Amino acid sequence: MSRIGKIARRTFLVGSVAVAGGVAFGVWRYRTPYANPLKDDLPEGAAALTPYVKIDSDGVTLITPRADKGQGAYHVQAALIAEELDIELDQVSVDPGPPSAAYWNGALAEEAAEFMVPSDGMVRGMAEGVVTASMKFIGLQMTGGSTTVPDAYLKLRQAGASARETLKQAAAQDSGVDAGELRTEGGAVILPDGTAVPYTRLAATAAGLDPVQDAAIKDPADWRILGKPMQRLDIVAKSTGTQEYGIDMQVDGMVHATVLLNPHQGGALNGFDAAQAEGMRGVKAVVPITGGVGVVADNTWRAIQAARSVQADWAPSSMPATMDAHWQALSDSFTPEAQDSRKRDDGDVEAARNGAELVEAEYRAPYLAHAPLEPINAIVRIDDDGAEVWTGTQVPRFVQQNVAKIAGLDPEQVTVHVLMIGGSFGHRLEDEVVKQAAEIAVQMKGTPVKLTYSREEDMMHDFPRQIAMARLRGKVRDGRVDSLDLGIAMPSVMGSQMSRQGLSVPGPDSQIVAGAWEQPFAIPNQRVTGYRAPDLAPISSWRSVGASSNGFFYNAALDELIHAAGADPLEERLRLCDDPLARAVLEAVGDMANWSGPLGDGKGRGVALTRSFGVHTAEVVEVTNTDRGISIDNVWVAAEMGRVLDPVNFENLVQGGVIFGLGHAMNCEITYRDGIAEQDNYYSFEGMRQFQAPRIEVRGLENGDHVRGIGEPPVPPAAPALAGAIFAATGTRLREMPFNKVVDFA
Amino acid sequence: MKLTVNGTEHEVDVEADMPLLWVLREELGYAGVKYGCGVAQCGACTVHIDGEAQRSCQVAAADVWGPVTTIEGLGTPQALHAVQEAWIEHQVAQCGYCQSGQIMQAASLLSYTPDPTDQDIDDAMGGNLCRCGTYTRIRAAVKTAAAKLQEV
Repeated sequence: MSRIGKIARRTFLVGSVAVAGGVAFGVWRYRTPYANPLKDDLPEGAAALTPYVKIDSDGVTLITPRADKGQGAYHVQAALIAEELDIELDQVSVDPGPPSAAYWNGALAEEAAEFMVPSDGMVRGMAEGVVTASMKFIGLQMTGGSTTVPDAYLKLRQAGASARETLKQAAAQDSGVDAGELRTEGGAVILPDGTAVPYTRLAATAAGLDPVQDAAIKDPADWRILGKPMQRLDIVAKSTGTQEYGIDMQVDGMVHATVLLNPHQGGALNGFDAAQAEGMRGVKAVVPITGGVGVVADNTWRAIQAARSVQADWAPSSMPATMDAHWQALSDSFTPEAQDSRKRDDGDVEAARNGAELVEAEYRAPYLAHAPLEPINAIVRIDDDGAEVWTGTQVPRFVQQNVAKIAGLDPEQVTVHVLMIGGSFGHRLEDEVVKQAAEIAVQMKGTPVKLTYSREEDMMHDFPRQIAMARLRGKVRDGRVDSLDLGIAMPSVMGSQMSRQGLSVPGPDSQIVAGAWEQPFAIPNQRVTGYRAPDLAPISSWRSVGASSNGFFYNAALDELIHAAGADPLEERLRLCDDPLARAVLEAVGDMANWSGPLGDGKGRGVALTRSFGVHTAEVVEVTNTDRGISIDNVWVAAEMGRVLDPVNFENLVQGGVIFGLGHAMNCEITYRDGIAEQDNYYSFEGMRQFQAPRIEVRGLENGDHVRGIGEPPVPPAAPALAGAIFAATGTRLREMPFNKVVDFA
Repeated sequence: MKLTVNGTEHEVDVEADMPLLWVLREELGYAGVKYGCGVAQCGACTVHIDGEAQRSCQVAAADVWGPVTTIEGLGTPQALHAVQEAWIEHQVAQCGYCQSGQIMQAASLLSYTPDPTDQDIDDAMGGNLCRCGTYTRIRAAVKTAAAKLQEV
């Protein structure tokens, strides 16, 4: 049986090994195949053909190891397998599977190489291999960076194809018919006489076979499911209130807990008085945890009420006391000593500046909470010989290790059940809530503790998007953009995020310049420099990460130069564009928006393009300056996808990404006073609402070779396209987000 | 105290000021009703009381003035309400966490305004936050639901 389960992985290990080329960690170690986690508790007669397909007499289960926080990851992963397995989506069940190193995320490793290592020339090539190898080595099963689709695209289809061909072999053995005369359809092998043998009846035979290693995957022209509109697997449940999220999970004997954390972010708990709380109805315990107090009751509302009555003595936060001091720290970081990277340095920006009139500007992007609508939560039960966790997470392996540490167990003794997530935007890459639930649970062994944050604790103790500042010095000549010198300063997101997992990130953090240095514009003199600011507030990945601020900085800077040149924002971008895929995207969005067409009074259009996560996304925003403020009327989006796997979900994710980008640019920021977040609920961190939502028309282009994810790329161009439109309509140039510091929105 | 939820009468022993939201979710097991903000800023907890949309996080248990309908009582996967059919047709949901509240709000709107304009939709749905940004689909689905309800 041990041979089963290696098939799909070996294919990918081979490909990846060639990149890695014998460096650092020892080839033999990461080449060692991981044990197949699905074989641990397989009943007699069941076969685990690959780690992504499980078949037994009860049915076919597709394993979808990337977390679903609303982006439809479970669905697209299942569709990739089902396409090749020749089974319909209503014939399978979908399971996120246990945490396992076998589910390492190769695409994320490629992305991680961007920020974890120096990235020029040969050094970069080698270093990517190191990171890929080492991530594989530690088995980083992580969802993020819009990597689900790129990572899964080949892997899951090959897993499905391999399973399909092996089932044919099993049917051949059982029936005596040559495998070449068999075909597959609807979850069954079809014999020449038309008899359909369900896969479930072939599982036992298949378990004894060598899996087929070289199964051919289908030509996209032959796809039945992929590339066509499909009904998401979770759509009925999510339209009837029957989808179970982490916050809805119930475990026998569980108690309800919440936390009161030191409002001074990161500060310690000096002491507390819980006398009043302990006397309140339903309260079972009030216990200290790292940086706060856990309150356990028989009902979440009672726990929240009791937590508010706890008197605590808090230690101060280590971050600067005022926002002015945060901004000053960024301002002070534009120095040679703090230089983190200079990944682009074309022409000679210094020489180009001589004698010409400089265009200079400074741009700012604030801290932003993730604030998904489901407050973070986790259930943890710790026993002497094991622990169990139920939670929505993007990092199940970290969860397993951290709970093990707190419980004094080995990671293998911790079972993690990954649950559906009610929005994340990067929030669930952190696992503080699980650690805190474990800290409470270890003080009441044997009892499952369900920890639910109040909205206020969730927002105030989020690890927000980075604060960032950029400075432009540029020049125009003969009506053209001639020189763009952009410096960007921010603390390291990856450094802050990984520090909470006890990991350090060597070398430059390329997220500091992501979304700016790699843009497809051939400005004759162009330089992008990243400056690493000191750690301020603890920060984390927020939908599109570095590009969420830098897409605004780069496009806003380009817009100022184009305006100084007296050129048209779209025409000059097209003139400068040196990438045919990006050009097609710009042309498409220009056509969709009828860019050169007439505009009514008080209206303006803006355009932006950002290449992020390998996707060129261009957006045109159209606004009207009304007597109630700026009304955002229309948005057009074109994105280069390689292939659109699910057209309906694609459109939905792009529309949502645009609204996410616009809404935060309009009115959101997190500010700190003495380390205390000054926004604690949606009245002070609102985003966009229904009455502000524009019409959004979306087009996915399929000119390129690479399949990409679309969760993040629509976000970065939204804010600068809006700023450009507001400038066109009002003459007001916006250089700092949120824009409602300067203009009102209708 | 007594509460009627989706046609079933329940006897609950809770504090008078416990919000209906928590009574529904944790005392009676109607988990389709969602906690999002606790302060009437997001609409995820929207239910009907006497047929009208209300934020259940703002209604004390002792103050519930009529029969309560939750998303579970509006329709089921086997017997969908027209609004739910429209939500499925337009594939509105991403994470889906706000959609119980959105659907209850939309159903309430359509019971009073069978043929809503864009302005009517904006006015009625403005209190329901969607962090995934599904607003364009919500608008379309409300219109489809209106058409479905008028066919009946």
